[in-house]
Amino acid sequence: MLAFLGRSLIQKIITLFFVSVISFLIIYLAPGEPSQIDPMNPKFTQEVLERFRKEFHLDKPLHVQYFYFYRDLISGKSVSWKDNRPVLGKIYERFLNSLPLFILGTLITWTLSFPVGIHAAIRRGSFYDRSTTFLAYLLISIPGFFFAYMLIIFVVTQFHVPVIGMETFGISSAGWSWLMDRVWHLLLPSILFGAGGIAVLSRYVRNQMLEVEGQDYVRTAKAKGLPADKVHYKHALRNALLPFVTMFGLILPGLLGGSVIIEYIFSWPGMGRMAYEAILARDYPVILTVNFISAILVLVGTFISDLLYMVVDPRIRL
Amino acid sequence: MMGVNEKRGSAFPEGGVLETPKKTLFQENWGLFRKNRLAMAGLMIFVAFFIIALTGRILTYGRDPYFNPALVRLQEKLRPPLSKPNMETLKPEEVPRLGIYLFGTDDLGRDVFSRMFQGSWVSLTVGFVAVSIAVVIGVFLGGIGGYYGSSQISLGYLLASVLLGGGIIGILLGGTAVGVLMVLLGAAVAAVLIRMGNSKGKRPIPMGFSVLFFNLFSVDVLITGLIDIMLCFPSFFLILTVVALLPASIYNIMIVIGLTSWMGAARFVRAEFLSLREQDFITAATALGVSNWRIIFRHMVPNAMSPVLVSATIGIATAILTEAGLSFLGFGVPPPDATWGNILSSGKDFLFDAPWLTFVPGFAVLIVVLAFNLFGEGLREVLNPKLRER
Repeated sequence: MLAFLGRSLIQKIITLFFVSVISFLIIYLAPGEPSQIDPMNPKFTQEVLERFRKEFHLDKPLHVQYFYFYRDLISGKSVSWKDNRPVLGKIYERFLNSLPLFILGTLITWTLSFPVGIHAAIRRGSFYDRSTTFLAYLLISIPGFFFAYMLIIFVVTQFHVPVIGMETFGISSAGWSWLMDRVWHLLLPSILFGAGGIAVLSRYVRNQMLEVEGQDYVRTAKAKGLPADKVHYKHALRNALLPFVTMFGLILPGLLGGSVIIEYIFSWPGMGRMAYEAILARDYPVILTVNFISAILVLVGTFISDLLYMVVDPRIRL
Repeated sequence: MMGVNEKRGSAFPEGGVLETPKKTLFQENWGLFRKNRLAMAGLMIFVAFFIIALTGRILTYGRDPYFNPALVRLQEKLRPPLSKPNMETLKPEEVPRLGIYLFGTDDLGRDVFSRMFQGSWVSLTVGFVAVSIAVVIGVFLGGIGGYYGSSQISLGYLLASVLLGGGIIGILLGGTAVGVLMVLLGAAVAAVLIRMGNSKGKRPIPMGFSVLFFNLFSVDVLITGLIDIMLCFPSFFLILTVVALLPASIYNIMIVIGLTSWMGAARFVRAEFLSLREQDFITAATALGVSNWRIIFRHMVPNAMSPVLVSATIGIATAILTEAGLSFLGFGVPPPDATWGNILSSGKDFLFDAPWLTFVPGFAVLIVVLAFNLFGEGLREVLNPKLRER
């Protein structure tokens, strides 16, 4: 057990190192420089440019820049090139804005996918199964931005509520109407956030359940005359649920990915939108830090899922 | 030589006389596939989309295209679908070819039908080229990982390749002196390695050089490590970053999507190769003295392709969605060329006044992507006997 932990920790640190090198190289080797982002601006004289390059070590060789950058990042000193604010503080602020979206979206995904997937598996081939399958494909295939606009048109014309942004501008900051306003603003992006997840996860639950239902011990349980509900929910479901314990770890990276377009459409001041703005402004510290954090989230997520798998499934315990 | 799964069925009846099977594998699979109505619908839409995109390429590009997607008619802006053009205000060459605006016009009075027609070619090529790049890289790396997985990479080889690669990158970036020095050093190490490798076993290796043959890690560790590293990047964010930093061009998008989505194919091929390598027909081929490359490409790759084919079909759908998302955010194909994503993107400002600018491209993307997904899933069920209904 300890050997496994140590080995996987070392492996993950090496992976993280290479991710940091590759993302650094991608950004710094791309043509163009952040100092040239606004060439028409008369304030950017040659002198200012030189000072800018010196200030952010852009005149140094690449490996020195790499060292400086990650030293600043780890000691928490790196600042955004756009507004000179600390990157970590900026990300934390935006992270708090993204969090409700993420939590509600994940809740929607996980609470809806399981019943849908399990019922589809139990009634394999029925109308219910076929229609949920088709619906899942529809949700996977629909472009997120198109779905967003359909929902916006529907909600705005039917319920006459504003949905763009985090709250209606200038609304009084307490009371029932404020709460409802927040809920309406939160609801659409969360549904969008969860929709793709429901499609993928419910299909996965269905396949997993089907696999277990086909096994001999389930047939034995049926043969000895147990009630169907007991066979499905007590015998089959428990084993079918095993792989999903590990998926708890894999939700983590979702904090960042996939929210760029949704937050862009809804003008939601979260992490995805911040990343998008940073890319437009060539704000390298913010881009690289977001990338680095999401790589850490992926690695931590896989680590947690490995651990959970070992805890719940004695068959693979080392 | 007879392929392993070309012939099936009852090849040896009671009489002991060889008899050709009644159906080839393709006919058998086709029969199964045809029963899946959703997948068949997907295939038909796929074929139709292919034809539409090809004719779109012919009819909307060039100096004087048959359907002109860039023709601005400001007096005819935001006309709803199926509306008739106002003949008095239009010059004869500005009248739309079909006599009506089939899908309406946008905020500059351009015919949305022509623009959609042009965009179909962009979607098709992005999907196919990006996935082809991903499949080639994936099959190559996965194949190496699966076939040569257990061979070791020694310190010398790593040193030589790092020096050579670093030197070439250095020269490309302008550091000529350092780059040339590194390339020369790398070449020297490689030369020593090859000389020693040839005489290995015949003569003892001199003391100082044996360190070059110190084994570091296996090829498999290298390939799986590479896959793990690539999986750490948030894919859409990475693609967005690279596309935003590079000059706007459709080819950059294809290459970037291809370079960031080969991991699935590599994993499948590696897993298939690991199991195929142990099978009898490969042992037989090795015993016959068939070369490694011939074993890989003639015997193993065809048997490992079915999961790759499925993931490629679904990959095309994902690539089309990604391209539409990028165009929507304003990156990618530079104007005035139309893509489905940027038609929708410019339509979002007129969401309530001109909803067709959102709905027409939106439904087009939805239908095409859905068709690819359904076709891919149907293919998966046919090619993977475990998923068939019993």
